[in-house]
Amino acid sequence: MGAYLVRRFGLMLLTLFGISVIIFALLRIVPGNIVDILFDSAGMVDPAEKARIARDLGIDLPLPQQYVAWVSGIARGDLGFSYVSEKPALAEILPRIPITAKLAGLALTFSVLIGVPLGVISAVRQNSWIDYALRVLSLSGLSLPSFWLGLLILTAFVTWTDSMPIYSDRPESLWDTLLLYSVPAAAVGFRSSALVMRLTRSSMLEVLRQDYIRTARAKGASRQSVNYRHALRNALLPVVTVIGIEAAFLIGGLIVTETVFNIPGVARFLVEAIRARDYPIVQNLVMLIAVVVVLVNFIVDMLYAALDPRIKYSG
Amino acid sequence: MQRHTRLVFASTLLLAGIAAGAIAQAQEPKRGGVLRMYQRDNPPSASIHEGATFSVNAPFMSVYNNLVRYDTTKAEDTLDTVIPDLATKWSWSADNKALTFTLAPGVKWHDGKPFTSADVKCTMDLVQGKAQDRLRTNPRKSLYDNVLEVVPNGPLEVTFKLGRPQPSLLALLASGYSPMYPCHVSAAQMRTNPIGTGPFKLAEFKQNEIIRLVRNPDYFKPGRPYLDGIELPIITNRSTAMLAFIAGKLDLTFPTEVTQQVYKDLMAQVPNAVCHMGPVNVSTNLIVNRDKPPFDNADLRRAMALTLDRKAFNTIIAEGQAKIGTTMLPKPEGDWGMPEAMMQTIVGYGPDVAKNRAEARKLMEKNGYGPDKRLAVKISTRNIAAYRDPAVILIDHLKEIYIDGELDIVETGVWFGKVARKDYSVGLNLTGNSIDDPDQSFFENYSCNSQRNVTGYCNPELEKQFVAQSQETDIVKRRAMVWEIDRQLQEDVARPIILHNSSGTCWHPEVVGFRPARNSSYNRYRFENVWLNR
Repeated sequence: MGAYLVRRFGLMLLTLFGISVIIFALLRIVPGNIVDILFDSAGMVDPAEKARIARDLGIDLPLPQQYVAWVSGIARGDLGFSYVSEKPALAEILPRIPITAKLAGLALTFSVLIGVPLGVISAVRQNSWIDYALRVLSLSGLSLPSFWLGLLILTAFVTWTDSMPIYSDRPESLWDTLLLYSVPAAAVGFRSSALVMRLTRSSMLEVLRQDYIRTARAKGASRQSVNYRHALRNALLPVVTVIGIEAAFLIGGLIVTETVFNIPGVARFLVEAIRARDYPIVQNLVMLIAVVVVLVNFIVDMLYAALDPRIKYSG
Repeated sequence: MQRHTRLVFASTLLLAGIAAGAIAQAQEPKRGGVLRMYQRDNPPSASIHEGATFSVNAPFMSVYNNLVRYDTTKAEDTLDTVIPDLATKWSWSADNKALTFTLAPGVKWHDGKPFTSADVKCTMDLVQGKAQDRLRTNPRKSLYDNVLEVVPNGPLEVTFKLGRPQPSLLALLASGYSPMYPCHVSAAQMRTNPIGTGPFKLAEFKQNEIIRLVRNPDYFKPGRPYLDGIELPIITNRSTAMLAFIAGKLDLTFPTEVTQQVYKDLMAQVPNAVCHMGPVNVSTNLIVNRDKPPFDNADLRRAMALTLDRKAFNTIIAEGQAKIGTTMLPKPEGDWGMPEAMMQTIVGYGPDVAKNRAEARKLMEKNGYGPDKRLAVKISTRNIAAYRDPAVILIDHLKEIYIDGELDIVETGVWFGKVARKDYSVGLNLTGNSIDDPDQSFFENYSCNSQRNVTGYCNPELEKQFVAQSQETDIVKRRAMVWEIDRQLQEDVARPIILHNSSGTCWHPEVVGFRPARNSSYNRYRFENVWLNR
């Protein structure tokens, strides 16, 4: 187990190094840089002034030098300065992390709390009206783009309640937080919950046909015990994998949800930073997301062992 | 009978008096409250002199003051509606080559330091690129080429010395783009933590989240501003913003963001909302790179101007609400728009589109093009709807004259640089004017050396006329000169104007004292006279 952990850790570092090179290179390949954009927004181009600003921002340096400066900065905890706000990148990024973390956490919770039970119900009541209804629901969850769903929800709120659940001020109490985040979390978690529901259903159906389930029934185990103690635990393995992957994919859904619900989180900030070619913000945010994804995958791998004792990690 | 008449008369007078009193009381400005207006995007900085979009001056104009400003109670921003701001009065020298301002006493910057004539000189030196400190971008530097020197005469008087008479200098200085900056604050700090003399101070500027302004208690105008503050949540999604306005979370929409279609929706859902819909002094135009073959051929450019069906553009894009005109904003909103009869004689403006296109096809055929030899060209445009939609219609119109256009959509961040480098053949562009004055439009977009002249049009003889009209003090004579220049620009196919766009701003009836101008979208965000009737 120890050797496995060390190997996995080394692999994580290698992955992060690869990502850092790719994101650094990709950002420089995309046409236009912050200097172009600054001048573009002013509607004029003065080569001498552009060169001066490029020098001030350090983007006239050779690319390897820029890369080393960035990576060594991360090692020192210095993420550089945002080209747009001219504030430390860390000061711009840090306050946004809890916002997105809460939203993502709630969305993931929503998708699990809705997806798993409904998937189980759909499986144990296979081909009943409730199964058909849940399958239609899950299909719509997979088909509806989250930005459209978000706008529908907002429109419904404005029409029926004359209020609107968009972010305005930082919530002070836990209740305020839940109120503010639950609607966008539901909008973004709906798709994940549909996926989790369908996967739980198919996984449960497969497990319910196994011999040991028949044996358990033959031994007189109750329906509850068979479905939830014997079947569900074994059916959850692929579901956990998907939840892990979904956690990573969630960031994509959050970009539009944060925009539609006007939530000042990391995802929306990342898009704005890409538009402005704000390299320090984009590079560091993508690295942060990469670290989260790699860690989540690592945790999922560890969970396998907890869920299925047959899985052993050896050196 | 006579007694009865007297009684009725007296009662009417009494009722009228009560009504007048009630109206006066209703219109008595109330102190307090926070105005909430959404901000459509994250402004690149708080430094108005470095911006060329009202994404910068709409949120930050109230942090600053100008020497002079436009009277916001009037319908239009013109030379006649310029009123004092930091300058209490001004006078022209006999030769009209020196403009002297007397400054208001006791004005303080937000950090408590006194405002003096030295700050006016510092500001103009910064804008003209003469100062040691530099603006990161300086889009309006060329507008002040005629200002030779700014001379302080003691702390409360300053003179602008000009190379030639230029009556429009006052109009330029009254624009929302002409705030005064302090000498003692760097250009870099003005981007993030601006210090002004304005009615509001910047309290918070959170990128992509919110801009908060609070009342300046030491504002030099007694009793102003009425509001305690202004909050501008940054809402980039227009649908979300409009829903927030409908839900009453916002008092005011971002200026000119209300399209004709959105206006109908808003009116259906918030029937008591007050909306100003109309021209915004932004034109949709055709740009042709005249240095790039085969468009270096004047016949081809003329043919392209002839094939434009402006009425079709207007119907499809603006439900007929946009204005058809030439370079200057058409009347009645525009002060310099040429008469309809004169416009009808210009190439491509005649009402018979079929006849225009027949003439265009002849020009194309003369140059070897025809049904069997069509010209393929990329039509470049910026990747936002206001550009893309008319570009698609343009492609359709060009098909009529043997030109097959292919839409080349360019990301916003790359668009301006691309056209400024003239890295395009044919494009569909939008051009905004901060003030309704020919000096701003002609020198900025059509003079040979302007960095914003994106088509490469250069006519030194016509440029002499730009200067001649600029120094003409007789408004009637100047107007005739402007029409002639404008006519020549269209005949030369310098940058065929397709439409003058129309859109709007809406606010809830509780917002009192806000009035957008009919001929500009850039000058009315000081908010010092705005109050909330709650």
